[in-house]
Amino acid sequence: MVRELKITPIKNGTVIDHITSGLALDVLRLINIQSLDKDSTVSVAIRVRSGKLGWKDIVKVENMELSPRKVNAIALISPQATISIVRDFKIQEKRSVDLPDRIVGILKCPNPNCITNQPEPVESEFEVIERRPVVLTCAYCERRVESFLNHLA
Amino acid sequence: MSLHGRDVISIRDLSREEIEEILASARKMVPYAEGKKVMHPLEDKIVAMAFFEPSTRTRLSFESAVQRLGGSCITIADAGASSMRKGESLYDTIRMLSGYAEAIVIRHPNEGSARLAARASDRPVVNAGDGAGQHPTQTLLDLATMQESFDTLTGLKIVLLGDLKYGRTVHSLAHALALFGSEIVLSSPPGLGLPDEVIERLEHMGGKVTAEPDLRKAVRDSDVLYVTRIQKERFPDESDYRKVAGSYRIDASVLRDAKPRLIVMHPLPRAGEISPEVDDTPHAAYFRQAFLAVPVRMALLNAVLGEGKKGG
Repeated sequence: MVRELKITPIKNGTVIDHITSGLALDVLRLINIQSLDKDSTVSVAIRVRSGKLGWKDIVKVENMELSPRKVNAIALISPQATISIVRDFKIQEKRSVDLPDRIVGILKCPNPNCITNQPEPVESEFEVIERRPVVLTCAYCERRVESFLNHLA
Repeated sequence: MSLHGRDVISIRDLSREEIEEILASARKMVPYAEGKKVMHPLEDKIVAMAFFEPSTRTRLSFESAVQRLGGSCITIADAGASSMRKGESLYDTIRMLSGYAEAIVIRHPNEGSARLAARASDRPVVNAGDGAGQHPTQTLLDLATMQESFDTLTGLKIVLLGDLKYGRTVHSLAHALALFGSEIVLSSPPGLGLPDEVIERLEHMGGKVTAEPDLRKAVRDSDVLYVTRIQKERFPDESDYRKVAGSYRIDASVLRDAKPRLIVMHPLPRAGEISPEVDDTPHAAYFRQAFLAVPVRMALLNAVLGEGKKGG
């Protein structure tokens, strides 16, 4: 009996491809996998052969089209990742992640005294002040952030 | 270029030209701030003082500035007495206040609160200190004090002494000094140095920054000695505070080799950093600095609210 162990195509959902090898689990944290619907099966492939990158990771999320806000946040850690939206097994849309000028609602300000960490009706917001490597500052308290994974909202 | 209707949250919101414009206006405001002349550009205007943290000189000098300009104030001077105590958010409080006044001056213990207030308000917001964050009008009055003493801000050599890590006034001041091409000499107790990222930014702006832990050497050929208080409330750990509290004190012996024209500045209140024996020397500029808060805040409020300069 031949058993297929590699992850299979999905019918509907989002494929995040060309993730820097080893960062798939961080991407899952970034898109906040806990917040997805229970019927969204998530498949993860780590260290997959890639013509372009040598090795890469892949994440597939079924029945879920990720919001541009979440997709673009992936650019924080894996700028060469690509996003494909799949409908009925066909790729409807494929594009690179694009680091925006502002990151809204994805990260939590590392400054505990920042107003965005108080019970206020406000989302966190960071300005991208450097792109290579990425450096952000809080749009409210101006705190600088260089390592993002510790500060996911 | 106009400040009319603008928020002033951080010194970085102002260009060098805008700072110069405020300082020039502040000079003209001095006789009005002293009560020797009268002007009423803010007649019929109300400025809300939203002070959610204790403050003496900042609030009173803002209130004095508004009244010298012929305007009136409504004041929250104690957060405990406002409806925030009932759980109202800062956002809602400011949104409400913006319906009661033409401008809002805010002091709040959380960093970034003034930026939030600016977003909540459709009236201009002036930051009067947000936690350990920004305090732009303090920087403006510091610059006004230096300019009054030396007639220029360019080419001055300024020693920044004290808590350069947590001190909120120092980062904004250093930014503005770099903008004017001043030479900055850093002198701080161990562990309280200016953060590297701030030094990098200053150098990137073209500022000349050096460090001299020996205070007497630092003072020798400088124009300004800017002393700050070590603020207990900013230290995450009280044992760190105790290690450095009282580690420097300016007295006649420190100033012995100083230039005759050196001025000693301090944002006040002082807590033993400057001996009272300095008060009666020509070096003492800190009380003049405290007075200049009024004409500087008058100049800023007049630019933000007055009828003089619209458009831009």
